[in-house]
Amino acid sequence: MPNATVTSQVQDHTGPTRPPPKRRPRRLTTIFGRHPLGMALAAPYAVFLAVVFAYPLGLAVWISFHDYFFTAPGMKVARPFVGLENYRTALADPAVRRSFLNVIEFLVINVPLTVILALVLATALNSAIRARTFLRVAYYIPYVSASVAVVAVWLFLFSNGGMINQLLGPLAPDPSWLVNSHLAMPVIAVFVTWKQLGFFILLYLAALQNVSRELYEAASVDGAGKLRSFISVTVPGVRSATTLVVILATITGANLFTEPYLLTNGGGPNGASASPVLVMYQRGIEQGSPDVASAIGVILVLGVLVVSVVNRRLLERD
Amino acid sequence: MKKKVCAAAVITLAMGTTAACGSSGDSGTSGGTSAQTARGPVKVWLSNNKEELTWGKAMVAAWNTAHPKELVTAQEIPAGKSSEEVIGAAITAGNAPCLVLNTAPAAVPGFQKQGGLVSLDSFPDGKAYVEARSGTAADQYKSPDGKLYQIPWKSNPVMIFYNKDMMTKAGVDPSAPPLATYDQFMATSKKLVASGAAPFAIAPSPTSEFFQSWFDFYPLYAAQSDGKQLVENGKATFDSDAGKKVSNFWRTMYAAKLSPQEKIEGDSFADKKAAMAVVGPWAIPVYKGKVNWGVAPVPTSAGMTADKIHTFSDAKNIAMYSACKNQGTAWDLLKFATSKAQDGALLNLTGQMPLRKDLTTVYADYLVKNPAYKAFADQAARTVEVPNVANSIAIWQAFRDSYSSSVIFGKTPVDAGLKTTADKVNTLAGQS
Repeated sequence: MPNATVTSQVQDHTGPTRPPPKRRPRRLTTIFGRHPLGMALAAPYAVFLAVVFAYPLGLAVWISFHDYFFTAPGMKVARPFVGLENYRTALADPAVRRSFLNVIEFLVINVPLTVILALVLATALNSAIRARTFLRVAYYIPYVSASVAVVAVWLFLFSNGGMINQLLGPLAPDPSWLVNSHLAMPVIAVFVTWKQLGFFILLYLAALQNVSRELYEAASVDGAGKLRSFISVTVPGVRSATTLVVILATITGANLFTEPYLLTNGGGPNGASASPVLVMYQRGIEQGSPDVASAIGVILVLGVLVVSVVNRRLLERD
Repeated sequence: MKKKVCAAAVITLAMGTTAACGSSGDSGTSGGTSAQTARGPVKVWLSNNKEELTWGKAMVAAWNTAHPKELVTAQEIPAGKSSEEVIGAAITAGNAPCLVLNTAPAAVPGFQKQGGLVSLDSFPDGKAYVEARSGTAADQYKSPDGKLYQIPWKSNPVMIFYNKDMMTKAGVDPSAPPLATYDQFMATSKKLVASGAAPFAIAPSPTSEFFQSWFDFYPLYAAQSDGKQLVENGKATFDSDAGKKVSNFWRTMYAAKLSPQEKIEGDSFADKKAAMAVVGPWAIPVYKGKVNWGVAPVPTSAGMTADKIHTFSDAKNIAMYSACKNQGTAWDLLKFATSKAQDGALLNLTGQMPLRKDLTTVYADYLVKNPAYKAFADQAARTVEVPNVANSIAIWQAFRDSYSSSVIFGKTPVDAGLKTTADKVNTLAGQS
């Protein structure tokens, strides 16, 4: 291999002078970059992002600063600029404030639980254990199952006369899990953790393939047990995956809708499990106030951005 | 590279916002006088209720036979979280049908604000036709601008269904269980639960959806207040003696665990988890052969004779949508669908009460042959509709949230809850 390099270098210096490569017109390069084919291949997805995400986001921001409601085509209505009025209305609404507190409670339970369980289970599934393939599939099934179907199972488990309460007998909480203002959100957080665990295990399993075996061997030589190896080798080895898991879990958690809608019948009891997205749905779609709903959405987006940036800074610092 | 990505993001966002600015409502309103006289094919949406579909298809077939040049196409309301959301989206998209034979009165103010409805008064015989058919009952369906954007079509006046077998098991006379006053209702409920005849006496859904109050608070409030709507003349009426009595009645039911704070999956009455239910006449075919039932008017604090008791109408109406190009045909079809003959067919097939002033006389034969419907037909003369005011859904959601907190879960005092909610409702009702 070193010979080949030498030969190549010799040829470069002794061979006939190559004609200078044809240069693309500078303007085309400026517009399409140095890899126009790559740009062409990426363009459909970029267009998709622009149409499906960027445009609605832009529209939502615009709506949030105007007096806006949905109208029939051709309906003439004024849409005056109202500044921060929609934001004031949203933040003055106790139901909106409560929903943000609820989602914070949800994230505080869901994100750490997701990271810990996914990492521990991925590590276990990465080692040589019996029925490894079966278990990997088993953890993934809830993730690909429709929430509607899975919620029915949890209703069977956690309703007043459900299996959990029957097992607990006199120790069952009163009011029961899903109508208990202190327990409804934690139950939802655990449900979402369980449902999405398969996906995050998959991310960790991929990350674990990049952790060198030699590090484990070195740790073993130094006398580290399994727990010490896990803490000192596995956890730092999958740090970038942890960042991804935390950010994805935060984003999906902040978008919580289906579970409070179905599991606690619209954010009950008494709004204890209402999420910002559920309140957005109520205000924007049911009650015909998309301007206030957009303001809630923008606040949520900003909140998620801040949390994600902070998470990233904290998790990726050396 | 980072700079390029940022620039692209900013440009895309700017395009989005600019495009949004450009779409801020312009061009002329569809419809108008020419559309009102135009004739031709029309589309209608029907409820997905099995019996109603059968009636709707037969009605459309009869129309099409008689009007081959103005054919009607009927389909079920497309699936969605609720009919109102689907209709609202269709109005925005401009593809709403000419008629929806399942328009919820509570959604009408919102649809009207969207510019999605055609005023029926704008037809030369519009007002006269509605008044001739429904009489003064039609007044409840007028919008704040005094116009009618819906024709009162059919009601499901709600009453108390009870399981006779459970009453017998609890030692209560099943032919006339004492349910007229709150005290009687409570005592009967306690017997039902204490005897083990039923896990719960009555199980209205305790969930947070805005419409759930129509089936617990509102029927009893209509009865207790002698037929008051939740909002009248732009002001909330429920922060009153009647509102407090009804709220405290239900609070006691929840506190004594005679009604569940958690939703019972499935049909609590059919599944024998509750001995009573708040239902309309639609329930008669549904529970036939499943429950040995009886029916009673909703209770009041001191009791009233049945002929004085009001209740919630649970009506569904027909509205004409502004996307309709052939409104002349649509108006004729609307009159055809609400004619005496078609109303009779509807009653016959579905058991739902046409909102006609002469219901009990025009269909006397039917009521003789089907005595089970007689009580509902009598009750249909004294129904209360949801108020036709701005922010109708927001008002009901505000009420439900407060009711949920104070009555169902007992987290806040009932009286204070009613006062706070009344203030909020007054503000909402006052907004345009």
